[in-house]
Amino acid sequence: MSASRPDFEEILRLVRPGSRVLDVGCGEGELLELLVRRNGVDGRGVEISPEGVSACLARGLAVMQGDADRDLDYFPAGAFDYVILSQTLQAVLRPRHVLGELMRIGERAIVSLPNFGHWGVRLDLLLHGRMPVTASLPQPWWATANIHLCTMADFTGLCDDLALGVDACAIFAGGRPARPANPKHPLENLRAEAALFLLSRRPASNP
Amino acid sequence: MSERADTAEDNGGVIAFPPERPLHLDSGGALAGLEIAYRTFGTLNADRSNAILVCHALTLDQHVSGRHPLTGKPGWWGPMVGPGLPLDPDRHFIICSNVVGGCMGSTGPSSINPATGEPWGLAFPVITVPDMVRAQAMLVEALGIDRLFAVVGGSMGGMQVLQWAVEYPERIFAAVCIAAAARHSAQNIAFHEVGRQAIMADPDWRGGAYAKEGLRPGKGLAVARMAAHITYLSEAALQRKFGRELQRDGLSWGFDADFQVESYLRHQGATFVDRFDANSYLYITRAMDYFDLAGGETLAGAFARAKDVRFCVFSFTSDWLYPTIESQTIVRALNAAGARTSFVEIDSDKGHDAFLLDEPVLRAALGGFLESAALVWDAR
Repeated sequence: MSASRPDFEEILRLVRPGSRVLDVGCGEGELLELLVRRNGVDGRGVEISPEGVSACLARGLAVMQGDADRDLDYFPAGAFDYVILSQTLQAVLRPRHVLGELMRIGERAIVSLPNFGHWGVRLDLLLHGRMPVTASLPQPWWATANIHLCTMADFTGLCDDLALGVDACAIFAGGRPARPANPKHPLENLRAEAALFLLSRRPASNP
Repeated sequence: MSERADTAEDNGGVIAFPPERPLHLDSGGALAGLEIAYRTFGTLNADRSNAILVCHALTLDQHVSGRHPLTGKPGWWGPMVGPGLPLDPDRHFIICSNVVGGCMGSTGPSSINPATGEPWGLAFPVITVPDMVRAQAMLVEALGIDRLFAVVGGSMGGMQVLQWAVEYPERIFAAVCIAAAARHSAQNIAFHEVGRQAIMADPDWRGGAYAKEGLRPGKGLAVARMAAHITYLSEAALQRKFGRELQRDGLSWGFDADFQVESYLRHQGATFVDRFDANSYLYITRAMDYFDLAGGETLAGAFARAKDVRFCVFSFTSDWLYPTIESQTIVRALNAAGARTSFVEIDSDKGHDAFLLDEPVLRAALGGFLESAALVWDAR
């Protein structure tokens, strides 16, 4: 079984085999199934759509229908080694609250985001004066679920506010495999179409 | 059992426990000479590890599959029980027993009270959902099964599943709770009270001693059923099925069943009294009203002992008897307790009864859940 998405490959690389993992916004369970099969994790998922949950259950995954904004509050602290939020934080109502909850219930969090600081997005906005529609942000502003878009710099700023350390950062562009990057470097904020962060509570020095 | 088994592997009967093994009741007493009627489908495997207990709802019984001996109709969970279905007699040993207090062969208010030689009537002790589960545990033990692969149930059956998980977590591996709640709400109790009052207002009820006089409070029980039946459906389902359609051309300008929905409900009531005992209806609805899994503690605290059980919880969008929030309460408490929990709210406009119908999402999800649980269970 191979991961089709480069961000999945990076997550599979980061997650310690045999650990306890919660995938928030797990969709139809593609990533969760890879984690269970390849990394042997004790995996669980939260998904908002009933179709997604049903698909997960049909493939044998333990998934509950729920909402990242509300339902994380009910998990006990430290229940998981990793909590994964893949391409979801920008779609929740309260990103700061959700990020705080991820770090309460997980020892570590893996968060991936579309990067609004990418040069293509900036150029598109500069040239056309309209909300950019790009490969990683394919919907027009009025149809998008992405209600809290941010740049890498915005996100690392929020992490600083919450005293979260970035233990690893990888960026994605042009469909190429993940590349390790300094999350605070202004050039990476231009290059990344999407970025992935491994976060922990204890403040760590940036890579 | 009197009826002929449909297949060689469709078995069951009535198990009678000796008087020295009474059922201890929450109300403080004990029921000596307990009899439990049950039915099994499939074959128990050599290491006795493929048993699934199905817990039935308020007015259902042990005839989860096969043919019902009284009505001649197929078992009540045809869409889920059968070869190739989630509960598969070719793979599982499926057990379903009539609850204590019921009227399909297990000891209940219509059974003979050994002390008087007459039907118990209201002298029968009040029973609870935990009492029902304790009786099931006695049956499972008598069948030689130390640990059930799964306990599955909807509605009141779902309450029993939760009770199993809390009372006997070491004796079950997986638990499936469908369209249920961890405690009865005020609205649930209110609807049940309407039904009980209808029965007790029937002059033929005779203070519960109708059997002695050869009577049956059929009118009261039918009204109870009619009121309850509305709560099992949804506004949308009723509207789609009946709308304002009339039975015949024109109105009667009286109180005949002008509307098809009236005729339907009357039919539901009339056929129900042929297969159900009025006092059993009182006792079982009471048991449900008394059900409160958490008791004095938090629900998460109650589930703490069940944290190693694999749970799957289902609700239906149009179920207003046990709405989704009840299942969410259960799921959140299970998560807080650290139990491995799946949950899905199935989109259906068929109301509470959706769990009995052929809902493809329920079938696929329940099948997937049991399938993956079996992989872990078999590899243990």
